[in-house]
Amino acid sequence: MLRTSICLKKSIPSLVRFYSTNKLPLSVPITLPNGIKYDQPTGLFINNEFVPSRQGKTFEVISPSTEEEITHVYEAREDDVNIAVEAATHAFENTDWATQDPAIRGKLLYNLAELVEEHQDVLASIESLDNGKALQLAKGDVGLVAAYIRSCAGWADKVYGKLIETGSTHFSYSRREPLGVCGQIIPWNFPLLMWSWKIAPALATGNTCVLKTAESTPLSALYASKLVKEAGFPRGVLNIVSGFGGTVGAAIASHPKIKKVAFTGSTRTGRTIMKAAAESNLKKITLELGGKSPNIVFADADINKAVQNIILGIYYNSGEVCCAGSRIYVQESIYDKVLEAFKTQAEAVKVGDPFDLETFQGAQTSQQQLDKILSYIDIGKEEGAKVVTGGSRIGDKGYFIKPTIFADVKEDMRIVKEEIFGPVVTITKFKDVDEVIKLANDSEYGLAAGIHTSDINKAIDVSHKIKAGTVWVNTYNDFHSQVPFGGFGQSGIGREMGAEALDNYTQIKAVRIKIY
Amino acid sequence: MTELPEFHELTLPNGFSYKQPTGLFINNKFVPSIKKETIDTIDPSNGEKICSVYAASEEDVDVAVKAAKDAFKTTWRHTSGSDRGRLLVKLSELCERDTDKLAAIEAIDSGKPFEQNAKGDIGELYNVLRYYGGWADKVHGQTIPVDDNKLAYTVHEPYGVCGQIIPWNYPLCMLSWKIGPALAAGNTIVLKSAEQTPLSALYLCNLVVEAGFPAGVVNIISGLGPVAGSALSTHPLVSKIAFTGSTAVGQIIQKAASSNMKAVTLETGGKSPLVIFEDANLEQAVKWAAFGIFFNSGQVCTSNSRVLIQEPIYMKFIEKLKECIDSDYKQGLPFGDDTVMVGPQVSKQQQDRILKYIEIGKKEGAKVFTGGYKVTDDEVLAKGYFVKPTIFYDVTPEMTIFKEEIFGPVVSCIPFKTEEEAIELANDTLYGLAAALFSKDITRAHKVARELEAGMVWINSSNDSDFRVPFGGVKMSGIGRELGEYGLTNYTQTKAYHVNLGLKL
Repeated sequence: MLRTSICLKKSIPSLVRFYSTNKLPLSVPITLPNGIKYDQPTGLFINNEFVPSRQGKTFEVISPSTEEEITHVYEAREDDVNIAVEAATHAFENTDWATQDPAIRGKLLYNLAELVEEHQDVLASIESLDNGKALQLAKGDVGLVAAYIRSCAGWADKVYGKLIETGSTHFSYSRREPLGVCGQIIPWNFPLLMWSWKIAPALATGNTCVLKTAESTPLSALYASKLVKEAGFPRGVLNIVSGFGGTVGAAIASHPKIKKVAFTGSTRTGRTIMKAAAESNLKKITLELGGKSPNIVFADADINKAVQNIILGIYYNSGEVCCAGSRIYVQESIYDKVLEAFKTQAEAVKVGDPFDLETFQGAQTSQQQLDKILSYIDIGKEEGAKVVTGGSRIGDKGYFIKPTIFADVKEDMRIVKEEIFGPVVTITKFKDVDEVIKLANDSEYGLAAGIHTSDINKAIDVSHKIKAGTVWVNTYNDFHSQVPFGGFGQSGIGREMGAEALDNYTQIKAVRIKIY
Repeated sequence: MTELPEFHELTLPNGFSYKQPTGLFINNKFVPSIKKETIDTIDPSNGEKICSVYAASEEDVDVAVKAAKDAFKTTWRHTSGSDRGRLLVKLSELCERDTDKLAAIEAIDSGKPFEQNAKGDIGELYNVLRYYGGWADKVHGQTIPVDDNKLAYTVHEPYGVCGQIIPWNYPLCMLSWKIGPALAAGNTIVLKSAEQTPLSALYLCNLVVEAGFPAGVVNIISGLGPVAGSALSTHPLVSKIAFTGSTAVGQIIQKAASSNMKAVTLETGGKSPLVIFEDANLEQAVKWAAFGIFFNSGQVCTSNSRVLIQEPIYMKFIEKLKECIDSDYKQGLPFGDDTVMVGPQVSKQQQDRILKYIEIGKKEGAKVFTGGYKVTDDEVLAKGYFVKPTIFYDVTPEMTIFKEEIFGPVVSCIPFKTEEEAIELANDTLYGLAAALFSKDITRAHKVARELEAGMVWINSSNDSDFRVPFGGVKMSGIGRELGEYGLTNYTQTKAYHVNLGLKL
């Protein structure tokens, strides 16, 4: 379904096609809008080599800020997935990747982090071009990528089991062992960051990976694959298959030799993957899905800081954030003041060319996303919500949407219940703590929440009562490599980052030796 | 009182030329000692002086400690774990880059064979630094459920300024075991190297600056134990003291630490037993036993200096051990050929001490199977502090060489009949650092291992340490553990926070 819509949408090829016999070269020279020239790999990355897809199929990669084609890349199908899984299986079963001194894996990850930093300008620029996000944000992403890989590098030789004291008759212990070949499916909102959240803990713990990038943003992971090889990772340990969910994603979720699938994306697709995992070989699953996270401002909050945080909570990354604070609740007595300040700041958000360093909000990532957000805006208007600001597209070239605020909403409106995944937020007033906790928890999701208050007891009390995997107090979208992230309810299963990420990629073996 | 140049231009026997710093490294700079006192360092392979370096007095220690305290309060305390980790990993990479340089300095100063010993030590140095770099952002406390009225949690805080005193048998390794966890946990340090081996630590200070550590976080001073070491262990601004060395000095330090209740960890002596059962893989037992007593010229705290052999294989083992010495433990100059395994002892004092124990052994009736003398037959080696690898046998528990740590290439072999007897003999010591045993029987191996009084037990190997695994002794071999995650917790103190969420009086 996604593929069809991409074929239908307009694309104005602005690059000369270098291939005459319909064969896409495995490397395409690209000049980025900021002048940086680099070679973009287009192949699938399997066994440390870039290779064409078996069936020779390719797909377009569009720049969302200009709607122009950047390049094609090779598109994997089920047969390519099988080859990638074979490579990853061989690396896991027949080499010492999983059994060697784990510090060696740690060193390779440190090497990779260094290379990511060395190449940060190219990587950030590719990310901006492919995803449409502001370059200043992309640079931040790349910094987080290097930091997270480093953090996992340090974990590699620290994955402990237990010596379990059961008395002198036995020597009993547990080990944490890798799972094997892990299938990983990542989204398009933070392409390289999501790549790092998946591969770093998996590789640190001795697994091998077959990772599918999002079809709208395949470029940065392919470039990073050059760095993976340069860092010294052995062949087959990490494999990248660009392609579509319906084919590649489905093949991964149901593959009999893949021992675990990790997915970040929509709740609906997460459900499909969970079913496929169950119906195939009961592979382990972790899911990081959607959210409709409440961002709550109490009357005793520092209003200036709170407004900054609600702005960040919804317009950061053009609202394409799973934990976006997309429902704002403001205590009655300060509602008008906050709304006015919020409106002013929303209208001051600079939306535009990602490569302009003044830009904060870039383009939405694809035509499909643009359409979806605009349709929710229409739904909101139809449902009777009031557009305080925004509520429409900007221009007609590039997928830009005005930062939008809906007020006077009812809690059962679709725009309050459903994830929009764009720069569109609802704002509601509340009386007291008990009411807002109820409102906040009235959701099938439970990814994150924000609380803005100066009262320490209220902050802790509300944090403990909110049903969400992350609660931010007086801040928002505030991540750290060591702090676990994931959802309650239909926002997901399992946690990424922190020591908890290692649990996603290991299984426990208990050994009990009788000695008396 | 001597005025030294800031650097000595040294050229080592393998041709390597470099600038050897002489000063005390405080606040990222090399400074002369206030009273201009110096110590000489000797090349143990020929008894010649290499050069002099400045030696810290009590006043210099005070300056260093204050620098460390200041750095802790102003910069280091606010440096995140991730940033501390990055600095340690960077330092590790620089040490790796300079492997040959560091190994050469280590070899000339300590007498370690360059190829078969010193180089391996540098590998340990940078691996340990990298390992602790990986821990730095992972020092977490706990949240503890109590009830709705309390949010309770713990923070594992650094101590502040840690004093660290290291020995001469593994200068750079010991340095990494100390500074790695201390810095990872957020402490600042004042480290005193051993007076016999001050050079490599000073060279490493160049790399500390290159890596980007803020001034005052790492301070390294050369000096004498009774002067600088004593000053560190009694300084009121030092919150923790860590020492590796002899048990006698360890006791002095523990007493001195009581002055301001500073936390103490000690890694002291050992007289570690290696028990060989008759069902052992004899060839491997011989090889590991030899490694465990002759490597590093026997100057290892965990050396298996007492080997207990089950009667049926007793003499066979001893004969094979001698064969192993002859074939695998070539004695020679540190910069000699690549196969030299046993260098000189670190100093004349050590050499004399070992020879004295050998005489006592002979006098008390122990039999010598091989060795037992100072190397004099080779004209070149005679100039250095070489002692021939020595095997004593038919040693009994009353003998001095059964009880006291010799710290040289001298092993005592004792026969035993039963498992119970082996355990009793093994535990018949005031020490309890390590123990090793060889047996193919899994049940016997684990049963006996449980009974051995030691901080570390090796089953079917010996002296087979790994920096991820805790290291330290019971009984008089020390207090606390180094290495692994345990080593890290030795450098933190727990602070509990109680947040009242609603309990009113």
